[in-house]
Amino acid sequence: MAILDQTADEFAASAATTPGAGAEHLAVDAGGERASWFQIAPLVVVLALFFGLPMLVVLAVSFFDFDRTDIVPAFILDNYADLFRSEVTLRLYASSIKFALIVWAVTLVLGFNIAYFLVFHVRTVLWQIALFLLCTVPFLTSNIIRMISWIPFLGRNGIFNQALVGSGVVHQPLEFLLFSDFAVIVAYVHLFTLFMVVPIFNSMARIDKSLLEAAHDAGANRFRAVAEIVLPLSKSGIALGSIFVVTLVMGDSFVVRTMSGGQSASVVSALQNEVAALQYPPAAASAVIMVIIVTLMVAGILRLVDVRKELAR
Amino acid sequence: MYSADGSRPWTFYAFAAFFTLFVLFLYGPMTVIYILSFQGPQGGMTFPMNGVSLHWFDALFSQTRVGDIAGSFQRSIGLAVAVALVTVVLSVIAGLGFRRPFRGSAVAFYLAIASLIMPGLFVGLGIALTFRLLGLGTNWFTSGLGAQLTWTLPFGLLIMFAVLGRFNRSYEEAATDLGATSWQRISEVTLPMLLPGIIGVALFGFTLSYDEIARTALTAGSANTLPLEIWAMTTNVTSPALYAVGAVTTVVSFVVIIVALTSIAVVQRRRAAGARRATLTSTE
Repeated sequence: MAILDQTADEFAASAATTPGAGAEHLAVDAGGERASWFQIAPLVVVLALFFGLPMLVVLAVSFFDFDRTDIVPAFILDNYADLFRSEVTLRLYASSIKFALIVWAVTLVLGFNIAYFLVFHVRTVLWQIALFLLCTVPFLTSNIIRMISWIPFLGRNGIFNQALVGSGVVHQPLEFLLFSDFAVIVAYVHLFTLFMVVPIFNSMARIDKSLLEAAHDAGANRFRAVAEIVLPLSKSGIALGSIFVVTLVMGDSFVVRTMSGGQSASVVSALQNEVAALQYPPAAASAVIMVIIVTLMVAGILRLVDVRKELAR
Repeated sequence: MYSADGSRPWTFYAFAAFFTLFVLFLYGPMTVIYILSFQGPQGGMTFPMNGVSLHWFDALFSQTRVGDIAGSFQRSIGLAVAVALVTVVLSVIAGLGFRRPFRGSAVAFYLAIASLIMPGLFVGLGIALTFRLLGLGTNWFTSGLGAQLTWTLPFGLLIMFAVLGRFNRSYEEAATDLGATSWQRISEVTLPMLLPGIIGVALFGFTLSYDEIARTALTAGSANTLPLEIWAMTTNVTSPALYAVGAVTTVVSFVVIIVALTSIAVVQRRRAAGARRATLTSTE
């Protein structure tokens, strides 16, 4: 996960220009190319069979007809027409996008500051690794468990309410904490902040620290140095983190279901209901539209920040 | 970082406090449910503790209404081992292949990235539909395995990129110059040098599979994996048994993480010791 932002071409280029690497092994000769194809073939075949083909099937099924028990091969546009005609669609997208924007803003502020602390304030590499691992380890444990661990905190008789009532801040337990949009956002931030921390940390770790000293010597205070040096130079990390967080939130159904107690819905949780009711073609159409919208959002982010150009510096 | 005398600026303390709060936010709720999983038999889903017991851990395996925890746990472990093995082999070989420039490398790379960021439920839906159209039944060790690989392989590949990006190829050249065959070069130079990274890939493959839910939900067939079983529990189990299963599964994750990190540390230490010995011998 350390270099999420290096593209394949740049990776090959950088590997090829490693000092001391002999040209005779690395030149783009036909034999080398064939060897590379053999080496990547197993991975590409698995991804083509279990990702590429299934996505094409989703596209095809989105035009299928269906009855109560089965899907019927056809080419109809009804599934899309129903989607666009329904008011629910708009409401679901408004809800998903609202969650994505709020969670993006919160994780960005948290992620930027955590990465900044780890890169510029923690002095020894050992501490840096230790604290970085401290942030990373929860990512390798169950998301569902991390999500439900908010229940004893946020419930009507939960720890927050006990503390609030006990200290006299409020007289009655707050009802909005659990099974609400608030709980959904807390869980998202808890689960996804790491996806913002890691790419921003990577970008910041590459910033030459003498730039900051130069800015300081030239009279910039530390806020100005952050705004004019650190922020622009970590743009590619911010962009990648934003892509992860936005796609994760837009694609989620499990968090929104559990933490809202079924009161809120997202595009994907509605899709999951259709699948449960065996209505595959409308679900497929909904997935296709969602992929198009998420792709546009990702393209928008990449348009604002050219990740590849950032890396070429 | 600016002061000449090496003292910390005030912002360090502000950031350190902020970071501590974040770590509390990250670990606090998890810690609480581990404590609550030791509730007494009459205890509820939140504080106060009503006695201390192992009642709810026992309930996991004795009460049938809790679900098939033991069976789903075995399936999840088996699946995670299989996913980790396939992920290690395929992403290490592919990572080595990506070191040369070749036509189509961008297509293969973007296929992996698209597979990584595609909402998991859509991938699962696609695989379920494909199996249905082909007349095949979904099963955790066929469609489920494939579904999880679409998530772990891109991760494995990106980790290999990071590891190989720091790899000094002069060692391979030296091996060739000393007369090593290409197999000897791979098995005695390249792979041992990449070992810490390979352990990292295995760690990610195992834990990402062990906790995966979005891609597995529609592709596991009739027998649930552990996360799916837990997910079912969240809707119908309202007792600390839910926390007990959370504690058990997290302990498994932590054991795997600690084993992996310790092996990486051991490999690095041996290497450092070997380098020291070599220096001593050469200066004698």
